[in-house]
Amino acid sequence: MTAGRNQTADAEATADALGTEDISDTPGTESTAIAASTQCIADAVSATRPSAIGPAPHPARRRPPTRIIILTTGLSAALATLILLACGLGAFHIAPADVVGSLAHRAHLGGHRLNPVAESVLWDVRMPRVALAVLVGACLGCAGALMQGVFGNPLADPGVIGVSSGGAVGAVAVIVSGVQVLGQWTASAAAFVGGLVTVFAVYLLSRSGGRTEVLTLVLTGIAVNALGGALIGVLLFLADPVAVNEVAFWQLGSLSQATWPQVGAVLPFAAVGLLAAPRFAGRLDLLALGEGPARHLGVDVERLRLVLITLVAVLTAAAVAVSGIIGFVGLAVPHLLRMAAGPGHRFLIPGSGLGGAVVLVAADLAARTVAAPAELPLGVLTALLGSPVFFWLLRRSRAARGGWA
Amino acid sequence: MRRRPEPPARRPAGALIAEARAVHLARGGRTVLDGVDLGVRAGTLLALLGPNGAGKSTLLAVLSGDLAPDSGRVLLHGRPLRDFRAPDLALLRAMLPQSSPVSFPFSALEVVRMGRAPWARYATFDEDEHAVAEALAVTESRHVAERPYPALSGGERARVSLARVLAQRTQLLLLDEPTAALDLRHQELVLRTARDRAAAGDAVVVVLHDLSLAAAYADAVALVHQGRVIAQGRPAEVLEESMLSDVYGCPVEVLPHPTHGTPLVVPVRTPPA
Repeated sequence: MTAGRNQTADAEATADALGTEDISDTPGTESTAIAASTQCIADAVSATRPSAIGPAPHPARRRPPTRIIILTTGLSAALATLILLACGLGAFHIAPADVVGSLAHRAHLGGHRLNPVAESVLWDVRMPRVALAVLVGACLGCAGALMQGVFGNPLADPGVIGVSSGGAVGAVAVIVSGVQVLGQWTASAAAFVGGLVTVFAVYLLSRSGGRTEVLTLVLTGIAVNALGGALIGVLLFLADPVAVNEVAFWQLGSLSQATWPQVGAVLPFAAVGLLAAPRFAGRLDLLALGEGPARHLGVDVERLRLVLITLVAVLTAAAVAVSGIIGFVGLAVPHLLRMAAGPGHRFLIPGSGLGGAVVLVAADLAARTVAAPAELPLGVLTALLGSPVFFWLLRRSRAARGGWA
Repeated sequence: MRRRPEPPARRPAGALIAEARAVHLARGGRTVLDGVDLGVRAGTLLALLGPNGAGKSTLLAVLSGDLAPDSGRVLLHGRPLRDFRAPDLALLRAMLPQSSPVSFPFSALEVVRMGRAPWARYATFDEDEHAVAEALAVTESRHVAERPYPALSGGERARVSLARVLAQRTQLLLLDEPTAALDLRHQELVLRTARDRAAAGDAVVVVLHDLSLAAAYADAVALVHQGRVIAQGRPAEVLEESMLSDVYGCPVEVLPHPTHGTPLVVPVRTPPA
């Protein structure tokens, strides 16, 4: 056991090196604060430190690896650029400098007012749309990362468990029946309620003996999606032509009806979901070991699942309620980020929110500019781009497991 | 430095760590455990032996808290197991399941670090890294530490999973067939590690199929048959020809090792003429 003794010595050297650093590093830097708040395991897991098995070359503890810093910076820069572009581009062109100027002016940081038309286009049409794209994209991306973590399967998607489907049934029922209890909000509210009810129904149906088998849950989700599709079909059969058009547009997914009140309506849900999700990063990492081992490591698995599914429902239903069905963002974004940055959820969850926002702002910009003056339905565009990713994932995971394990 | 809460105290060698008392458990209408009594003591390596379907893994699951018995009591440190919260339990017992798939391509090192999760509030970063490094070294897994876990071979995965369980540093270790995927050398390595942990004061329970391996390493063995512990004690006392032949439904011979007398258990085989 010579190897063992050497190892111990190495680890002690590490301990010494790090011990001195600990004192100088104590006053709460941002990284220590994060480490303290999000169950230390997460950073231990996400940071790749070869130093941990040998002596530490320099005190690099609890700081995210370079790759993650680069990704975060890159995605943030891309989002900022895309927001400026999306605010400026369109039938009425506004130069990025003017967008910045007007923003600065409103924030009382100098800048200048634009002419009334430009000001109105920017603040009443473009800005709410871009803001909605950011929120919806962040919700979908983050929900996707959570779902994949909960089910331990990179193919899981908020649509899989039936949130989108249930939301669609709710909204379509309202549109077709002409109920207007909440005025223009009726359809959105119904989508939200429909999504939440569906996801809990799926969850309860797929539980047996206090556990949820992943396969059962996914299969139940498929059945529920089929039922949702059938119900929408029945409703469409009963609907008048005007309603059919409205339903089709809603089902295809779009941000073209964006207004500030809509942004205001999504914001609280998005904020709750997006701020709460990173707290579960460490436990999601452990869940990758499977239910049993996660429980043996102190995770209350059933409760964690319940909380996370609720979070997914809140995030997805909020997005679906204002934008209709926009697929594959929740599937593709977390997966691509996992390939780039590794599977640790400490980065994956906020990263997928950021990535989802980037993708959706870009997709919405493309949807309204590539075929101008016509506008492509956003959901169709994301599905066109996203489904090949899904196929590729299917192939890859099949190959990796030698068939469906 | 921030004050950390005190982790639960370790118990002295010989103290009862886990007990099953008159445990009955039926699954799917079949009685799996039928009045099991078993005590696991600190400083002891206990091997659970018995044929397939005897209830060994179920017994382990009951001791770990995964399954609640229909009747009878399961105690940890003298307290009913169900009174423990999952996070507290994780500081007291670690469990190695028969197979340990990992959903996402975490590196082996990351997987072993997950074993430190229960200690987030108690241990320092250095203690965590020390435990991880030691576990990797003991299981001879250092060279695979940076590789993605799902890409490892069966034997490497088994050792990395064992490293994760060792890194958890609990006084009760429950290992369900830890040698199943391993070659001769690594089987010995695992049992030697288990024995070392017992010698250091841990209570280690191992489910094994290799009776000679159990005889060579275990301080005590419990023979499980049809949901009951039908014999327990020192290997030399329990591993007895007629009983083993009866339990396994297969004639066996128990031979003393020529130099040190440790029992060797082999099925009665007729050599080709």
